[in-house]
Amino acid sequence: MMQQNQVCFRTMHLDQPWSMEAYRSVGGYEVLEKILHEKTRQESIIETIKNSALRGRGGAGFPTGLKWSFMPRRMPGDKYIVCNSDEGEPGTCKDRDILRYNPHQLIEGMIIAGYTIGAQRGYNYIRGEFFEPIERFEQALTEAREAGYLGKNILGSGFNFELHTHPGAGAYICGEETALLESLEGKKGQPRYKPPFPAGYGLYGRPTTINNTETLASVPVILQHGADWFHELGTPNNGGQKIFCMTGHVNKPGNYEVPLGMPFAELLELAGGVRHGHKLKAVIPGGSSTPVVPADVMMQTAMSYDGIGKAGSMLGAGSVIVMDETTCMVKALERIAYFYYEESCGQCTPCREGTGWLYRVIKRIENGEGRQEDLDRLVDVANNINGNTICALGDAAAAPVISFIKHFREEFQYHIDHQRCLVAEPELKLNYG
Amino acid sequence: MVNIEIDGIPLKVDSAKMIIQAADEAGIDIPRFCYHKNLSIVANCRMCLVEVDKARKALPACATPVAEGMKVFTQSEIALAAQRGVMEFLLINHPLDCPICDQGGECELQDLSLGYGSGISRFSEKKRVVKDKDIGPLVQTDMTRCIHCTRCVRFGQEIAGIKELGATGRGEHMEIGTYVEHSLASELSGNIIDICPVGALTSKPFRYKARAWEMTSHPSIAMHDAVGSSVEIHTRQNEVMRVVARDNESVNQSWISDRDRFSYLGLKHPQRLLQPMIKQNGEWQTTDWQTALEFAVDGLKHVKAKNGGDQIAGLISPTATLEEAFLFQKWLRNFGSQNIDHRLRQQDFSDEGHEQFSPIALAEVEDCDAIVLLGCNVRSEAPLLAHRIRQSACSGGLISDINFFKTDLLMPVERQVVVNSTQLLSLLSGIAKALLHLDSEAAKAWQHLMREKAASATEQNIAMQLTNANQSLIVVGALANHHPQAAVIRALAALISQLTGARLLILPEANSQALHLASALPHAVTGKDQKPGLNACEIWQKQLRAYVLFNVEPEFDCADPAAAKLALQRAGFVVAINSFECDSLRDYADVLLPLAAFAETSGTFVGLDHQWQSFTGAVVPPGDSRPGWKILRVLGNISKFSGFDYVSSEGVRQDLQDQLNRQASAKSSLYIPNEIASAKGIQLISEVPIYRTDSLVRHSKSLQLTPENQFLDVVRIHPALAKKSGLLQGDSVLIQQGDLAVSTTVLIDEQVAEDMVYLSAASPLAAKLGSAFGQLQLSAITEMANA
Repeated sequence: MMQQNQVCFRTMHLDQPWSMEAYRSVGGYEVLEKILHEKTRQESIIETIKNSALRGRGGAGFPTGLKWSFMPRRMPGDKYIVCNSDEGEPGTCKDRDILRYNPHQLIEGMIIAGYTIGAQRGYNYIRGEFFEPIERFEQALTEAREAGYLGKNILGSGFNFELHTHPGAGAYICGEETALLESLEGKKGQPRYKPPFPAGYGLYGRPTTINNTETLASVPVILQHGADWFHELGTPNNGGQKIFCMTGHVNKPGNYEVPLGMPFAELLELAGGVRHGHKLKAVIPGGSSTPVVPADVMMQTAMSYDGIGKAGSMLGAGSVIVMDETTCMVKALERIAYFYYEESCGQCTPCREGTGWLYRVIKRIENGEGRQEDLDRLVDVANNINGNTICALGDAAAAPVISFIKHFREEFQYHIDHQRCLVAEPELKLNYG
Repeated sequence: MVNIEIDGIPLKVDSAKMIIQAADEAGIDIPRFCYHKNLSIVANCRMCLVEVDKARKALPACATPVAEGMKVFTQSEIALAAQRGVMEFLLINHPLDCPICDQGGECELQDLSLGYGSGISRFSEKKRVVKDKDIGPLVQTDMTRCIHCTRCVRFGQEIAGIKELGATGRGEHMEIGTYVEHSLASELSGNIIDICPVGALTSKPFRYKARAWEMTSHPSIAMHDAVGSSVEIHTRQNEVMRVVARDNESVNQSWISDRDRFSYLGLKHPQRLLQPMIKQNGEWQTTDWQTALEFAVDGLKHVKAKNGGDQIAGLISPTATLEEAFLFQKWLRNFGSQNIDHRLRQQDFSDEGHEQFSPIALAEVEDCDAIVLLGCNVRSEAPLLAHRIRQSACSGGLISDINFFKTDLLMPVERQVVVNSTQLLSLLSGIAKALLHLDSEAAKAWQHLMREKAASATEQNIAMQLTNANQSLIVVGALANHHPQAAVIRALAALISQLTGARLLILPEANSQALHLASALPHAVTGKDQKPGLNACEIWQKQLRAYVLFNVEPEFDCADPAAAKLALQRAGFVVAINSFECDSLRDYADVLLPLAAFAETSGTFVGLDHQWQSFTGAVVPPGDSRPGWKILRVLGNISKFSGFDYVSSEGVRQDLQDQLNRQASAKSSLYIPNEIASAKGIQLISEVPIYRTDSLVRHSKSLQLTPENQFLDVVRIHPALAKKSGLLQGDSVLIQQGDLAVSTTVLIDEQVAEDMVYLSAASPLAAKLGSAFGQLQLSAITEMANA
């Protein structure tokens, strides 16, 4: 059996894993001290991160080392490192546990990132509903400050770095990096048109790097054990371990930090298999915005960026939503569509108008008022949103609709033809009398 | 420059341009809603999606910069699919109530849906409904029609400088509104009507009045401020239906002020004078033109014969055209009168003959890095000049505002200094003192005006900023120009301008530069042996025998309403060539000649850049009213004066042009005052509010309903003065100016200079008082006294 919890959850086996003491016992802050002591060249840190094949854990999977290399490090004036802990994708709950159980590793990662990209100020934008994680993170910040890892002239190195927590106010869109920046600036959370990218024009118009919580928390471990060690944890081009959030119809839902490239079948087994001995029907492998994958394909899929890509979906944030045979795909899609309808920021036309249209048609089908032309129309509307919006929320709203209808069209057709559900009807009767 | 190709057409374009700008210049049509050439780019409507070679998906033409070798396809399958998709989305929640929508026929959504929309909607769900908001008397909202392009929001932020509209809510629930419902306070608010691509924001006064296709468009010039914005007058069956902005990048860009947009509403005011009238034996009777004109000429000839030509005076409104002014003075000078003036609100004329007029293009204002506003509430005086100054301020220009009260200029200001009259002169002399070491000759000539005390830090800073700037500007506004010591203020401003290299703009009122050129001035004497006539103040003080008013309402338009009224009442003969009548005019006038107003006459306006802009009438004047130049021409004929045989206003213009060409234009020297007098006691601040500037504006009902008129019937007093005078907020107060008195309500306001009292000029209250900026006494009216 391979080892779990090698990266972000490496303190998990300890008592009070979130404490400074626990973190130090696994070698925490040693990397930072070494870097500051030796004045490690920034280029060499970026090189290590590049070689580790660490890819962004927030959903897009962009190579982190490359992202850092885009920063105009020597440009005078303020630069920022921002951590995106606005974890809002349905099915995702990993960043919350990093903040709860290993906040110091994130802090160390952010200080190192700040050092590397030439930022003296960092912000951790944390989802507003994360009351406990915010408290844990704040507590850790206090400890780090007391230990001299934050503030002016850290450990006598001449490097200054300050880190602040910023709780969000409950909008999914603020997990989009440029909307997050707008929100951080105190404005309404709406994505900016790119280009310019944050590396050139970010927070308050200054060069900014934004990384996901898990990405930044992986950095100290990579630098401690080396790029090769990290890379070899996973598969080529898919370095490291990754936290998968196993939710839905599994016996043991939860976060599992396992090597990238692990076969889905094994991961499912780790999570205790499908509940009640039911058959697996489908899996959304990367959070609600990624295309659904039917069971047979999924059982053959390796859990890596490239593996899931081959299966026609995306690894996303590693939010695996497992659905068993009792799931009504129409109902499931209705719920997803409602989410995007409710969370669209309203800025650009296709998403603002299209998400409501999609939701209403799916709701009609679910309620037995579907029409024959609805399915083709849904796909067409989703295609009109896809790729035509300012940010990726439009694509995120379109992908489930397109994939659900592609793989489970007969179920939708049944709903339209019979005004009732193909699968869930008996259970519905049972549940609601 | 880069080489690109749009739809196969090779183009060479500036590398800083976006695709849509390159396409616009080349005349290639790309549909758009949110993009506007004078607003920032947001790329939110997605209508301008085009196919770009090597791009994965369709890209917004408005936000995609051109690049060398780029190939753009605006009509390809990918581009059209994206554009049609967006159009469908825009239409699903749009009410499609075009038949009852004011925008119908000139709606960007309607126009583009013809090309990109489908005949039948695929959307069969319930449409969104949004509650309308009441945002004041000028702009009507129908927010269900809104397509969220945010042009109006960006206009507020970027042009008006006031964030009154914004988007609240998200997704489908996003709404454009003021958040807390209130009336828009921007003097440029009407522009959101023009830029709204749909019928969400329309003109409230114009609502349901006409259809776009029924109207004829006439290019014209707005005459209410010195900017002279380009406008389009829309008419239907000889009726002005509305006024909209006309693009003129060098003057008003795409914008006009609300004053220029809604003043036309005054044209149909019930007080409009529509027939010639004469007063015989104290009885008014309507008559025909011939009778009225002969009556007028006979009356003046009688005065001339009995009392001499110098007992006749003529006053003309600064909103008159170049041609009207030229004929007006020509006609009156033929009577032997030099008493002609258009500087109705001025009180200090001692710098006559030293007028400083140098042309300035509005675009140059934007480039200034230091601007000093002297007694200039620029937002009210010339809203589009304020917009240019705002652009300068937003790009780092240092704005110093020196005035008798503080107003929100809606721009970043370096300093706002509130001064009383004495402090203003002292401050100017301080700035000059800080600079005089630069010029020994000037130092000698101006020594007697320099104060003892060395320049303060503020004065030195202003002097330094003007000197160090690449380009700087001093604007002397109406509050300075109407001041009893205006000549000293102007002289010091001119000196500072000379010493620092700053441009000097003595901000003209409306068309007054043209009126100056047309010699509507007492000192513009033609013959060598002739003495200059009386100026606008002396004309009243000397109480002459006959007066001719050209679109002047003396109670509102003159510096001393009481003196004007008294002189008119005592005069033997008064001719009024006016667009509007009122009871007081009927009281003192003997002949009323109905004058065509804005949009009804042809003429010429001279702008800040000294460009002559001519325009034609858009409608035939109502009733028996006639264009001013025709009335004056016939008056000349009936008076049997030669040289009044013009057949068109162009002929008048040409005549003046020839005359000016013959004159050598000499640069006038600086006026050096003898002394600086200090003001005593409590002094009035007589500001003309934005919607009280001329008779047409004052008769526009919708403009009179705006929040800008809020100070019309109160006095604003600094808390310190209120305390000294024993006055509280809301108290009744008696304001006495010599024998004259009015009572009103106290509004305590820290923004006003400490020992001055703000009372709107051109208001019913000020009409009962004497000199603007005059001395006054304040006393509380107690309930006992009332009883």
